[in-house]
Amino acid sequence: TKSLNYKPADNAAGQILTTEKKVTTHNNFYEFGSQKHQPVELSQQFNVKPWQLSISGECDKPFTLDYDELFTRFPLEERIYRLRCVEAWSMVIPWLGFSLASLIKQASPNSKAKYVAFETLYDPEQMPGQANRRLGGGIQYPYTEGLRIDEAMNPLTLLSVGLYGKTLPPQNGAPIRLVVPWKYGFKSIKSIVSIKLISSPPQTTWNKLAPQEYGFYANVNPQHDHPRWSQASERRITGSGVFSSQRIETQPFNGYGEQVAHLYKGMDLHKYY
Amino acid sequence: MYTLNKPHIKHNQKLLERINQLLWLKVLIHCLSITPLVYIYAKAFTGQLLGDPVEVLIHFTGIGALNLLLITLCISPLAKKLKASKLMKVRRLLGLYSFFYGVLHLTNFLVFDLQFDWSLFAGEILKRPYITIGMLAFVMLTLLAITSHNKLKRKMGRQWQSLHNLSYLIVILVNIHFYWSVKSELTTPIFYAGLTLIVLLLRFKKLKILISSRFTS
Repeated sequence: TKSLNYKPADNAAGQILTTEKKVTTHNNFYEFGSQKHQPVELSQQFNVKPWQLSISGECDKPFTLDYDELFTRFPLEERIYRLRCVEAWSMVIPWLGFSLASLIKQASPNSKAKYVAFETLYDPEQMPGQANRRLGGGIQYPYTEGLRIDEAMNPLTLLSVGLYGKTLPPQNGAPIRLVVPWKYGFKSIKSIVSIKLISSPPQTTWNKLAPQEYGFYANVNPQHDHPRWSQASERRITGSGVFSSQRIETQPFNGYGEQVAHLYKGMDLHKYY
Repeated sequence: MYTLNKPHIKHNQKLLERINQLLWLKVLIHCLSITPLVYIYAKAFTGQLLGDPVEVLIHFTGIGALNLLLITLCISPLAKKLKASKLMKVRRLLGLYSFFYGVLHLTNFLVFDLQFDWSLFAGEILKRPYITIGMLAFVMLTLLAITSHNKLKRKMGRQWQSLHNLSYLIVILVNIHFYWSVKSELTTPIFYAGLTLIVLLLRFKKLKILISSRFTS
C-alpha cells in the first residue's frame, strides 16, 4: 500500500473508527479463503498491476481504466461509512474513493441501462479460493454483484481505491472495490474488473447460492431477520480484543435512510429483502 | 529390600503400576484438553487473533466439544477390541471435557456475541432451529454430566445405561447443529458426519452381536 492524495472527511458525528489493524485483518474475501483470518494471510502476493477495469454495456461511451487511472481519473475523497455485515457485525471505516455515479456518467448510459452488473477478477492462479473449493467456501466464481441503476447513481455509492489514507490492501479488495453503506457487506464487491450497464436484473453470487437467505437488494433491515439469526442488533467491532466489540441496535438502511429510503418507496421490504 | 520377597506386596506393586499407567493417561487427557483452551483464550484476550476473535472462540470450543464427544464414544468399542477394560476408566473424564467445551461454546455465544442480551438469547433459541437443536443437545449433555458421578451411577442401576444411551442422539444433534450453522463451506461438517457415522456403526455392530448372543444363549 502507498499513501494517496484526497479530500479528508469531517467526522462530524464523532464516530469511533474501527482500528486499521482490525479492518485489514478481519475480512470476508472468499477468493483468499472463507475464514476471516485467511485473506490477510493468503493475499499478500496478489499482483494488481497491470489492472483493467472495463465499463461497458448499455452506454454510448464504454471505456477502460488501467491501474494508474483508478487513482487519477476522478478526484479522491475520504468517506467514513458504517459497514454492516449480513453476519450481524459491523465496523466504521474511512474509505477513499469516488462516486460510482461520476464513473457511470462518463460512459453516457442509454435508456436501456436499468441495472449495473459487477464482476470480480477471475484468476485461480492468484486467488487460491477460486482454485480450491474447500478454501473458497464452495461459492461460484467469479463473484458477481449488482445494483439497480438508481442505487448505483445514488451519491452515497462509492468506488473505493483506499482506506486509512492509503491504497487498499489486497485483503480489502485491491485495487478497486464497491462500497454501498446501506446494504449488507456482501454487496460491496471487491477487486472489480468489469462494470456492465444492463437492462435486466443481474445474477448475484450469494443470491444464487442461497436465495432464501440472501436477496438481490440486501438492504440493512432490522425488521427482516436472516433465517438463521436475528438482524435486530449487531456487534460493532472497534478493535482487536475479545472485548472490543459492543452490541448495538441495527438501524434501517444502516442509518442512511434519509439518503436512500425514497429509492424503495412503496416496495414490500420483506418481499424484496 | 526384604519387602519385595513378600508375594502380596508384589501384587500391590503391580496394581500400583497399573494405576500409574492410567494416571499418566489421565494427565495426558487433562493436558491435551486444557492446553488448546489456554492458548486460544490467551490469544483472544490479548487481541492477537486475526479475524473475529468472538467467532474463533465460538467455533473452536464447538468443534472441540464434538471432537471430544466422538473420542468418548470410541472408548468402549476400543476397550473391547483391545481387551483393555481399564480404558473405560477414562471415558467419564473425556465425556466431562466434552461437556466443559460445550459450556464454553454456549458461554462464548452468550457473553461475547450476544453480550448478555437475554431476550435475544431466548429468542434465538426458540426461533432458530439450528440453535434449538444445539441447545437440546447441550441440555442432554448436562444431564449426562450430572449423572456421571459414581454414586449416582450406582444408585440409578439399569436406568443409568439407558439414560446414557442418549449420547448417540446427542452426537447426531450436534452434527445437524454444525451442518446447519455454516454459511457455505460444507466440507468440514460433512467430514464430521462421516466420522460420526463410523463411530456409530462400530457400536451398531456391537449392539447387534449383543442382541443375537442374547437370543442364541
